[in-house]
Amino acid sequence: MTGFVGQSGPVIPNFGEASSCIQENRLFCPDWVRDNWAPVLQPALLQHVKLVVIAVAIGFVIALGAALLAYRHRRLEAPIGVLAAFLYTIPSLALFQLLVPVTGLTVSTVEVALISYTLLILFRNMVAGLRSAPQDVLEAARGMGMSRSQILRRVELPLALPSIMAGLRIATVSTIALATVAAFVIPQGLGYPIFLALREFFKTELIVTAVLAVGLALVADGLLLAAERALTPWARARRTA
Amino acid sequence: MTLVADLSVFGDALTFAVDHSDLLWDKTVEHVALSAASVGIALVIALPLGVLLGHVHRFSWIAISVANVGRALPTLAVIAVLLVFMPIGSSVVAIALVVLAVPPILTNAYVGVSEVDQETVEAARGMGMSEWQILRRVELPLATPLLFAGIRTAVVYVVASATIAAIAGGGGLGEIIVNQAGYRIEGVIAASLLVSVLAFAADAAVAGVQWLVTPKPLRGRHAEDATLVTDAGEAHLSV
Repeated sequence: MTGFVGQSGPVIPNFGEASSCIQENRLFCPDWVRDNWAPVLQPALLQHVKLVVIAVAIGFVIALGAALLAYRHRRLEAPIGVLAAFLYTIPSLALFQLLVPVTGLTVSTVEVALISYTLLILFRNMVAGLRSAPQDVLEAARGMGMSRSQILRRVELPLALPSIMAGLRIATVSTIALATVAAFVIPQGLGYPIFLALREFFKTELIVTAVLAVGLALVADGLLLAAERALTPWARARRTA
Repeated sequence: MTLVADLSVFGDALTFAVDHSDLLWDKTVEHVALSAASVGIALVIALPLGVLLGHVHRFSWIAISVANVGRALPTLAVIAVLLVFMPIGSSVVAIALVVLAVPPILTNAYVGVSEVDQETVEAARGMGMSEWQILRRVELPLATPLLFAGIRTAVVYVVASATIAAIAGGGGLGEIIVNQAGYRIEGVIAASLLVSVLAFAADAAVAGVQWLVTPKPLRGRHAEDATLVTDAGEAHLSV
């Protein structure tokens, strides 16, 4: 069932046996966070990470296939790009709801929507990255007797890596943000504690969950940036030069 | 994947739309008004700032960190934090939407203006143009594709986010979408379809404005070449 707000439900948190901080709904109650980390926040955080990792991983595979196809057959690039942009423009909450009659109130609904939002960013960056290999470098590779697939694996893909990783970072961070909307469809991810807290305007939960969502995005961005630097040592030499 | 595939709902949604066309029209008008006001405020804040920073080629870290943090901000989280400090209502929603619309506009304005070819700017300076004239007659026209790429991103983002923001009492089509108990699945689907159409229409409208304000010789150029990746691997744009 969607539309949590406005429906009556169990009173969360239970004000009866709570500390004075919680009862008065003060700005931030550390004791609530301590007591609810294991039962509420940590599971939501882990579900959120899982939703995002699955979406980005599948999105990455689809986008890579599409990008390689568009790179080999240039006339396919525009139609694929238009399709990806079309999916990207549909508002997330609407797409979730439109998928519900097809896939139900399930994780599949959420994943299909999240995957479709990663495609545009990943696809565009992959194609731009593949195109970034200079002609004389490709000539040299050909001159060395490399086959097409060797050139792809050993020249074009490595040169595209910075662009691909930049796309992966944007896609991951925006999927982390979008995955909070999943709570409209399934009781999972960091959006769900926000929904629960909205029933009572419970401040601590609203703040902590929001901070977790933004923090997760920034941490993921940092990790991917570190991975990008580790994977492209040659770019570092250029950066410092 | 469990397939429910109860596609008759889409037919019911059409019936709902016909029967409740007045309701849908009112909510659409609300949605457009809320989105337009939010984008308007965001433009007033972000456009001058981004253009100015781009013109002086300084404080690039502001533009880049605003973009990075902006991308990481979930609509729901922004609303959650705002509701801690403010009562439910359309002002909360408007503030949330402005917060979400500022980063793409600001960053693209910065990148667009700062990446105008410096030799062109020097030539204009050598012709005796004042800084204001350079900005107005050289940098802004050349930055138009990126400026509008940012505005289009913001508009699509705001129309989408306004749907979610309905949980904070902003009205609009989201009010139907988040209230399945009241409007049933066919109402939710009808409103979802309508808000999708609205997002495309808004995007197309901004593209139309872009075409109108672009000087004739520059028409047909796209921002895509300049987007996404710079030398440092720092991504500037979300769309």
